[in-house]
Amino acid sequence: MSKLKKNASGFKLNHYLTYIVVTAAFLAVTFMNQGGILNKKMQGLLVPVCCYIIMALSLNLTVGIMGELSLGHAGFMSLGAFTGVVVSQSLVDTVPNEAVRLCISILFGAVIAAVAGFLIGLPVLRLRGDYLAIVTLAFGEIIMDIINCLIVGHDSKGVHIIFNFKGDKSVADLNLLEGGKAIIKGAQGAVGTKTISTFFAGFVMIMITLFIVQNFIRSRTGRAVIAIRDNRIAAESMGVNVMKYKMIAFVISTTLAGVAGVLYGLNFTGITAVKFNFNTSILVLVFVVLGGLGNMLGSIIAATVLYILPEALRQFSDYRMLIYAIVLILVMLATNNPQLKALLQKINPFNKKKEGGAVQ
Amino acid sequence: MKKFEKGKMVPVPSMAIIPERDMDSPPVLECIHLGIEFGGLKAVDDFNFVIGKTEIAGLIGPNGAGKTTVFNLLTKVYNPTHGSIMLDGIDTTGKTTVQVCKMGIARTFQNIRLFSNMTVEENVRVGLHNQVKYSTLSGVLRLPPYWKQEKVFHDRAMELLSIFDMQDMAGLYAGNLPYGAQRRLEIVRALATNPKLLLLDEPAAGMNPNETAELMENIVKIRDTFGIAVLLIEHDMKLVMGICEGICVLNFGKIIAKGTAEEIQSNPEVIKAYLGNNSMEG
Repeated sequence: MSKLKKNASGFKLNHYLTYIVVTAAFLAVTFMNQGGILNKKMQGLLVPVCCYIIMALSLNLTVGIMGELSLGHAGFMSLGAFTGVVVSQSLVDTVPNEAVRLCISILFGAVIAAVAGFLIGLPVLRLRGDYLAIVTLAFGEIIMDIINCLIVGHDSKGVHIIFNFKGDKSVADLNLLEGGKAIIKGAQGAVGTKTISTFFAGFVMIMITLFIVQNFIRSRTGRAVIAIRDNRIAAESMGVNVMKYKMIAFVISTTLAGVAGVLYGLNFTGITAVKFNFNTSILVLVFVVLGGLGNMLGSIIAATVLYILPEALRQFSDYRMLIYAIVLILVMLATNNPQLKALLQKINPFNKKKEGGAVQ
Repeated sequence: MKKFEKGKMVPVPSMAIIPERDMDSPPVLECIHLGIEFGGLKAVDDFNFVIGKTEIAGLIGPNGAGKTTVFNLLTKVYNPTHGSIMLDGIDTTGKTTVQVCKMGIARTFQNIRLFSNMTVEENVRVGLHNQVKYSTLSGVLRLPPYWKQEKVFHDRAMELLSIFDMQDMAGLYAGNLPYGAQRRLEIVRALATNPKLLLLDEPAAGMNPNETAELMENIVKIRDTFGIAVLLIEHDMKLVMGICEGICVLNFGKIIAKGTAEEIQSNPEVIKAYLGNNSMEG
C-alpha cells in the first residue's frame, strides 16, 4: 500500500519533469544548432517537430483525457494554418515586427479553430458513442475541399476572398489593386508566405500548451472530464454536466491544434490543403497512442522520435516506410509486454501508472 | 440548503411510514403511481412511497423485483412512463440526472462505479463538484481562486473521508482499494454532493459481519449528523431489520408490503415471496 501511495504522489514529480525535459531538449538543440552539428535538413525539421508536439498534446487531451476519438484533428490544424497565413500576409506592411505579427496570427488561428471546434461539438458531444470520430473525420475532408477552392488576396483595400466552387475562377478575378498580392491560390494553396515561425516560438508555444493542458487536467474542470471518461453514469449522478465539460475540453483541444497549424503554415513559403489530410490526422493519433493515452511526456517523445525517424531514414528511400512500420510494431509490442512493463516500473522513479488489474 | 416552500406542501398520505420526529415536516420524497414499462414489461408498477425528512427506509425484495430500477427512476437514469416523483415538494418530471443531483438526490451503485483511475481524494472532490466552484480559466492559469478553492476541496474531502476513517487512504487509487473500502468511498462520494436523500444500493454487499455492523452504525451516524433521509436496498436482513424505520417490499415490480420491521417479518405475503416458508433469513 505504501508503494501505491508513493506512485500516486509521483504524478506531481512527473508533472514538473515534463517541463524540465522540454526545456533541456530545447537548450541542447539550440547549442547543437549554434555549434553547427545540425545539418540543413535537421534545421528545417525543428519547427515542424514543435508543431507536431503541440498537435500530439492537443489530441491527447481529446483522446487520452476526454476518451473520445478525433480522426480529423489535422482539419483544425489546417484551419489554423490558413487563417494564420492570411492574417500574417495581410499585416506584412501594417505590423513589420515579425514576433508581434506571429502572435497576432496565432491568436486569430486559435480563435477560428476554437469556433470550429465549438460548432462541431455542439451537436456531436451530446451523443454517446463514436460519433465524434465520424464527424471529425468528415470535417477534416470538408475543410480540405473548401480550402482547395478558396482564392484569397490582399491589397490596400483589405482582404478579398472568392469561393471557386465551379473551378472557373482564378487570381485575376480577385481584381486586386496595384501592389496587391494573392495569398491563397485555390488548389495550389498558400504561396509566397513570409516565413516567420522560429524554433524559439515553437518552444514557447509547446511550453504554453503544456502549461494549459497539465493545469487543466489538475483542476476542477479537468477532474470532471476525467470522471466522465472513467464512468459517465457515476459522473452524471455526482452532478457533473457531461456535455459542458466535454465541450470545454474539446474546444481547448481544437484551439491548440489551431495554434500548431499557424506555426506550421508560417514555417513554409508554400503550403497546400492536401498536406492536412486524413493521413496527417492518423499520424498524430499514432503519436498519442504510442506515447501513451493521457501521458503528456510520452506524447512529446513519441511525436519527436516518430516524426524525425522517417525523415532521417530518407537516404534509404524505398525502405524507410518499411523500417518505420517495423519500429511502430516493435514499440507496440514493447509497450504491451507485461515483463517489460514491470521492468520499466521498477526502474522509473517517477512512475505514475497504477498497477494493472483494477477491481471493477 | 433550499428552504421548503409552504405553498407547495404535500399532504402526507395516511399510509406513510414516517417516524414520529418527522410528523410535522413534509416528506422529502414522494412517489405517486410511479411506473416504467420496457416494451410491455412492467418493471415497476404503481409504486407509491413516501420517505420522511430524516427517515431510514429500506427497499427489499427477491432478485429481479425492480429495486434498482426504482433507484434509476429516482435519479432519472430512466424516465418514468407513469406517475411522478416529488422531491421535497418539487416535481422532478422532465429533470435530468444532473439536475436531480443538484436538487438533492445522491446515490451509490450496486456494481461499484468509482472513478478507478483517480485517487480516493479526487473521487470525493468530484462529488464536491457543485459545492465548491471556480472557473476553468482560474484553474488553467492558477489564479488565486484556484488555490483558495482547492484548499477548501481538500479540507472538505478530508472531513468527509474521516466519517469512515479513510483519511490515510486519500492518496491511493480508488481502483486499488479493497472491496469494502470501495463501497464506503462510494457513500462518502455521494455524501459530498450535499444530498437531502441518500440512496444506497446494497451497501453491505461483499462485507463481512464485522464490517456490516460498523456500516449499520455509520449509516445511523450519517443520518444523525447530516439530518438527511436514507433509502437503502439490501439483502442483508440483519442490517435492514436493524436500522430501517420503514420497510417496503417489492416483488415483480409491485409493492406487496409496507411497514415496520416487525410488521414485515410477520407478513405472510412477504414470506411467500421470499421463501414460501416461515424463515426470513436468506
